[in-house]
Amino acid sequence: MNAIVISALLGVLMMLSGLFFKRSAAIQWTAIAGSAILLIGSILELIPAGQNKMFYGMLELHHVSSWFNVLMSACVMLYILLFHRSIAKVGRNDAEYFALIFFVMCGIYLMSMYSNLLILFLGIEIMSIPQYIMAGSDKENIKSNESALKYFLMGSFSTGILLMGITLIYGATGSFDLLSPKFTAVFQSGADPSSLAMIGVLLLIVAFGFKTSSSPFHFWTPDVYDGSPTAFTPFMASIVKVGVFMAFIRLFHLSFIQMASHWQLMMALMIALTLLIGNITAVYQQSVKRMLAYSSIAQAGFMLFAVFSTNQTAWDGMMLYSVAYTLSTLGIFAVLIKMKDYTYDGFKGLGKKEPVLAATATICLLSLAGIPLTGGFFAKYFVLNAAMEQGLWIALIIFAVLMAAVSAYYYFKVIMSMYFYEGDAELTEESNAVEKTLMIMNAVLVILLGVMPGLILNH
Amino acid sequence: MPSQYYLFLGFALFCIGVMGVLMRRNAIIILMCIELMLNAVNLLLVTFSKMHQNADAQLFVFFIMVVAAAEVSVGLSIIVLMYRKVRSIDINILNRLKN
Repeated sequence: MNAIVISALLGVLMMLSGLFFKRSAAIQWTAIAGSAILLIGSILELIPAGQNKMFYGMLELHHVSSWFNVLMSACVMLYILLFHRSIAKVGRNDAEYFALIFFVMCGIYLMSMYSNLLILFLGIEIMSIPQYIMAGSDKENIKSNESALKYFLMGSFSTGILLMGITLIYGATGSFDLLSPKFTAVFQSGADPSSLAMIGVLLLIVAFGFKTSSSPFHFWTPDVYDGSPTAFTPFMASIVKVGVFMAFIRLFHLSFIQMASHWQLMMALMIALTLLIGNITAVYQQSVKRMLAYSSIAQAGFMLFAVFSTNQTAWDGMMLYSVAYTLSTLGIFAVLIKMKDYTYDGFKGLGKKEPVLAATATICLLSLAGIPLTGGFFAKYFVLNAAMEQGLWIALIIFAVLMAAVSAYYYFKVIMSMYFYEGDAELTEESNAVEKTLMIMNAVLVILLGVMPGLILNH
Repeated sequence: MPSQYYLFLGFALFCIGVMGVLMRRNAIIILMCIELMLNAVNLLLVTFSKMHQNADAQLFVFFIMVVAAAEVSVGLSIIVLMYRKVRSIDINILNRLKN
């Protein structure tokens, strides 16, 4: 509860700070201090085990969700530390941008600990609406406007579908509470639920597919991630996406696990399509930012494996994937935002000119590709192992490994440009010592996760 | 009047909304179709609430109305921003701009 209340209050506080502080630096420091308070608040909430109900059973703080909240608070703090100067430079309303980030975090906390479909809906909306504004915050840029409009139309369409799913499930059960006897009688008695409930679950998969940018509902992703200001893309592609996945896995593993055989086929098709389209299209991109947008679709395909396999390993894989993917995305975008030219050619010669930036980018790209000794390797290992423990769908797992090999091609292309080609990689601004230290820290964390994944898992 | 009638009306309105979103190209009309979808869901929720003799869903309707209002205010401002730039709210123009 701490995290939810603090993040909502911080959002309001940040909006007001725009009135009190005239200097942008003061606003940025308020945001950094705010994210530190948020981290402390969510650490205080850590409970060793057991369950804790709040707000008349609307929220249920499971130990997995409280630990997830801590990790996401830490990630958002790192995000604000790495990007605060770029965020303030997007437009004139710098205080409001930080306020939006805290409001999105409020939605993510709600989504990681809901136990009522009403809270799931509110969490998704609190998370989405600020993002529409963030996508369009570069008002002078037509691409930013376009991405905001596209994101808004697709996002609210998927909200309508989500609501229809929730309504049908209510029609079949007569309750929104995931733990109430009425609800569990329909979904966890072992008998097949009515067709009304089945269609409801199907519509929920579609709505989550939209929000997590899984094929065939991914088509908005490249334009939105490419058009949004580069300061906001890493936030949207990493922390937000991971939060939606947490809601996804929570709903399907805690409530719909008995009917897994019914939705697993559809999800397997979604995984195969997502991996195929994400990876193959990413190969043909000219711009690194757009390539990363497609690669985030491909990564969503791997995260879907965690939802697909209904066992404990899937939860471990989800946690590890969340952190490894978020850190790697933040790291590569921290480098990308310094570049003047986002094409592969723009990266030529970066290795000689800025060794720290190039090394950070390399480590993060290796992690995204899933090379051993980086966090991404164990993340992929755990989600695929979870699917392996199911014993079914071996072909799908082999296909995923093949696609991971394809992904190595376009990630290595960036590394090649940085180290093996002569060129003059132009930067928009020099990064100062603090930023370089943070980047090194980020890279070290990625490697640390690859050596000791137990840091995340033993909780 | 049996409550099934309301269910059929709700499902029909929802389908009209979905078809409108998929087929129309005017951003404002798409927005109206999304509102139609949400209101169809509201109608269904109230009907189910009556069928189950349970007021939870009627509370849910209030939340949907508040969220829809917030969403529309953001959405309309995005459309206005777009209109100022390109003097059109046809979403096909977005694809043309890209090339």
